[in-house]
Amino acid sequence: MTDLTRLSAARLAETLAAGEASSVEATRAHLDRIAAVEGDVHAFLHVSSEDALATAADVDARRAAGEELHPLAGVPIAVKDVVVTQGMPSTAGSKILEGWIPPYDATLVEKIRAAGLPILGKTNMDEFAMGSSTEHSAYGNSHNPWDLERTPGGSGGGSAAAVAAFEAPLAIGTDTGGSIRQPGAVTGTVGVKPTYGGVSRYGLIAMASSLDQAGPVTRTVLDSALLHELIGGHDPRDSTSIPEPLPALVAAARQGALGDLSGLRVGVVTQLQGDGYQPGVLARFQESLELLTTAGAEVVEVSCPSFESALAAYYLIMPAEASSNLAKFDGMRFGLRVEPEDGPITAERVMAATRGAGFGDEVKRRVILGTYALSAGYYDAYYGSAQKVRTLIQRDFAAAFGQADVLVSPTAPTTAFRLGEKLDDPLAMYLNDVATIPANLAGVPGISVPNGLSDDGLPVGFQILAPAKADDRLYRVGAALEAALESTWGGPLLDRAPELG
Amino acid sequence: MTTQSTTTTASTPRLVPYDDAVRRYDPVLGIEVHVELGTRTKMFCAAEVSFGADPNTQTTPVSLGLPGALPVVNGTAVEYAIRIGLALNCQIAESCRFARKNYFYPDVPKNFQTSQYDEPIAFDGWLDVELEDGTVHRVEIERAHMEEDAGKNTHVGGSAGRIHGAEYSLVDYNRAGIPLVEIVTRPIEGAGERAPEVARAYVQALRDIFRVLDVSEARMERGNVRADVNLSLRPTPESPLGTRTETKNVNSFRSVERAVRYEVSRQAAILDAGQTVIQETRHFHEEDGSTSPGRVKSDAEDYRYFPEPDLVPVAPSREWVEEIRATLPELPQARRRRLHDEWGFADAEMRDVVNAGALDLIESTVAAGATAAAARKWWMGELARRAKQDEVELAELAITPGQIGELQQLVDAGRINDKIARQVLDGVLAGEGDPEQVVVARGLEIVSDDGPLLAAIDEALAAQPDIVAKVRAGNQGPVGAIIGAVMKTTRGQADAKRVRELVLERIGG
Amino acid sequence: MSTISRDEVARVAALARIDLREDEVDRLAGELDVIVDSIARVNEVATPDVPATSHPLPMTNVFREDVPVPALPVADVLAAAPDAQDGRFAVPQILGEE
Repeated sequence: MTDLTRLSAARLAETLAAGEASSVEATRAHLDRIAAVEGDVHAFLHVSSEDALATAADVDARRAAGEELHPLAGVPIAVKDVVVTQGMPSTAGSKILEGWIPPYDATLVEKIRAAGLPILGKTNMDEFAMGSSTEHSAYGNSHNPWDLERTPGGSGGGSAAAVAAFEAPLAIGTDTGGSIRQPGAVTGTVGVKPTYGGVSRYGLIAMASSLDQAGPVTRTVLDSALLHELIGGHDPRDSTSIPEPLPALVAAARQGALGDLSGLRVGVVTQLQGDGYQPGVLARFQESLELLTTAGAEVVEVSCPSFESALAAYYLIMPAEASSNLAKFDGMRFGLRVEPEDGPITAERVMAATRGAGFGDEVKRRVILGTYALSAGYYDAYYGSAQKVRTLIQRDFAAAFGQADVLVSPTAPTTAFRLGEKLDDPLAMYLNDVATIPANLAGVPGISVPNGLSDDGLPVGFQILAPAKADDRLYRVGAALEAALESTWGGPLLDRAPELG
Repeated sequence: MTTQSTTTTASTPRLVPYDDAVRRYDPVLGIEVHVELGTRTKMFCAAEVSFGADPNTQTTPVSLGLPGALPVVNGTAVEYAIRIGLALNCQIAESCRFARKNYFYPDVPKNFQTSQYDEPIAFDGWLDVELEDGTVHRVEIERAHMEEDAGKNTHVGGSAGRIHGAEYSLVDYNRAGIPLVEIVTRPIEGAGERAPEVARAYVQALRDIFRVLDVSEARMERGNVRADVNLSLRPTPESPLGTRTETKNVNSFRSVERAVRYEVSRQAAILDAGQTVIQETRHFHEEDGSTSPGRVKSDAEDYRYFPEPDLVPVAPSREWVEEIRATLPELPQARRRRLHDEWGFADAEMRDVVNAGALDLIESTVAAGATAAAARKWWMGELARRAKQDEVELAELAITPGQIGELQQLVDAGRINDKIARQVLDGVLAGEGDPEQVVVARGLEIVSDDGPLLAAIDEALAAQPDIVAKVRAGNQGPVGAIIGAVMKTTRGQADAKRVRELVLERIGG
Repeated sequence: MSTISRDEVARVAALARIDLREDEVDRLAGELDVIVDSIARVNEVATPDVPATSHPLPMTNVFREDVPVPALPVADVLAAAPDAQDGRFAVPQILGEE
């Protein structure tokens, strides 16, 4: 019998629909795989076997009864721990939320449950999604399935590692500055950050409200499109949710896979290559451009000078918003409560002690940085200026999208770095997000598609950016590139990953 | 490391008598009024709002500030805020944003309050405030902005504490997230010695407006309307503004007046002693009308405001604003002026009516068919006397304007007279029913059928033949004795005029 | 340009309600100094004529109908409370409370 864990979500869905396997079998296969490789990978913070199997059994029963089901019904999924799940722990990788069981579901989780996808568990992440390696998780880092000594990227390293290690065919990630795309790039998986407002943020434990966006983490472009269509769309509980319907994403992916990109203009962003990018990363990038040209696309060079200031603006806006969003973690209503070691027990002092004990180093660093940037006398120079840079970046995007239908760059400047390598150098860690951040600041969608291995034998990602609300372009171009690459490789990139366990 | 907190202990010199203080200093007011809007749901989530619910039974993940929850603006609250802005003659913003006001406090579930900071929905307005003697003082409104209320802490003291035997607090988040509109005045100058009255009249005028606009129940005793009173003194009206204090949460009209008086006396004493007034928030004490310093927090002013990223701007279209303006009800002051004209009362009469809270009652009584003069006569006369006697408000008397209208109609129809009407009032107030029912049940109707009356007259005439003789002889003086006897027999229910006619007719016949 | 002293870190940590150990204050002062230096460049490009963008997509007037939804059950509300009593959250004493 086929190994159900090796199938793409689309293929698994067909298998289930054809009655060649049951959802319970598929779910159990993934739970078995989790049991087998978690010791190496540590992608999950919580595995919800019973819940997943119950959902699977229910889907099987409904299918047997002839009920019309969602195309992904019965296909298991992993959910990043920053997304709240009713009755299931949701810690966001933080000690301050240890043991918290949310009394409600995020909108995207409601949709997943309604469609009958068994939730395998909650995936590991940097605490409150602050980091690029999962090393800032309060529960230990995840490992890159390509090389267990290396990070799977972050913050959504758990979701990416789970998918790359065949522990789940689908996963949910969140992307504030690259936390879906960068882990995708370094684990050889596909990750999509939808247009801001394209997927409801209701129930995402917020880091930076104006930047956060949930999206799919999968092994194929088509799988991302399927999952994106499931979780996306208007949500009246999120004021920033886009009221218009999503573009046809699955159709775009299927069309793109046919390989014809004639008439498409691809803009290479001058500022997102060159210094600081590994030679292997740049080499794969050039090869991918050639494949796009072969498929009929026209490649043009576009300049986005304000992108040079994107990282700086990001590291003001993100911590500022985070400092406010994380204020609610104070030990009064839920989660950890810590009393000061000495002195009077007052609410004020318990809050400070709780936050001092419950937050990790990176969270403290960013909350304090953000508090500083917003505090009296600094607002205009820091937060106010950063919001202006945001305007400039939007203008650059608008101009660039006048010249090209999509913009492209390497997703991350390097392949996966070694665990511990950048832990003590926050600035070096932040540089990982240099290519992914502009999309968050402008709200435009982006995808990372695996486009080969660098000289060190580790995966590399190709980033495609599209104008806001034109997420379909990501799928068309992404699927075309994926098809072209796989035909040169003779199969998926992940087939070349080392065996685990 | 935690924030240092200190309590101001600077000793306050003795108070300066109020009249003396305002002779030598010019008070300047500034008033911030918070009104809880009477929407069905909260400002940013659909948790139901109702008074007196059990603790924490009116919350959602949003109003509890749970991780992941997001706010969505209540459109009705925005409409109410615009109504208030228009009623206060404000401009309505073309576009405005919410901001986060960041501070840690257990009754603020997110540890920031979602409020409006530098972009209020309404700004640059004014309100003419009428004092009891009819003097009008214009109060300029700087802004009216939307925000959310906090939860409620209940302090539990002493050794009974469960948290290591210490003092602790219990928090109920039902109130957290209830929509508020905060109305901020510009400095109110020129009130002079009448500053306390102006302050009170302003808050009272706002309360009346909220009720007429139907944007809030505006019940002071429930904290629907809360005032923060800023006061500073300066030597003369030409001097620059002095240092102000802000007395928080003054929650009755009378307290507003007392708080101002107290602060005038207190600050005058400080200035007299050559000391400087400390800029601080103060608490008002209902028991003795004094104020005392609140907590001084070193970080109190650093709220780190920034635009609320979870909400999009509110940009009321001009069409919408005009639509709301067109449907504004008549405001209290305009209504007073109109009724004054319609009723033709003298200025003093009208003021008394307003001050007695009888405006609505008289208007309804007129609507029930009485003339304005008659309605005023009842409410400001007999009923005012009874209300005073029972120590209740006029409106609290167990009689409705409709019943007074009915009573007056009975008098006008000649079915009862004024004297009997008072007995009918007794009956209505005693819960015996409407005036008509009381008249019937108590048998109070004026006897207009001459039959029984003639019998009574004949009886009286027969009993006093000497008087009959005198009258027949042309001396009409003693006829009163006959009439009196008839009235006595009929227990006052006869029409005295008619009795006299019949008596003379009988004797003359 | 070094701007962030230990005192500044301590002041901001108090504002952010986070207890920091002495060694954390030392380390953060150094780190934040470097970070702030590198991000202060936003000042150079943010000229006065550039408007600020607070929301990635231009949307306005997202309102909700004033219609209640069922509240969270009290048991759920208090389930995660570190301490509760009489249907309410129990919290340590609040300074300055009347």
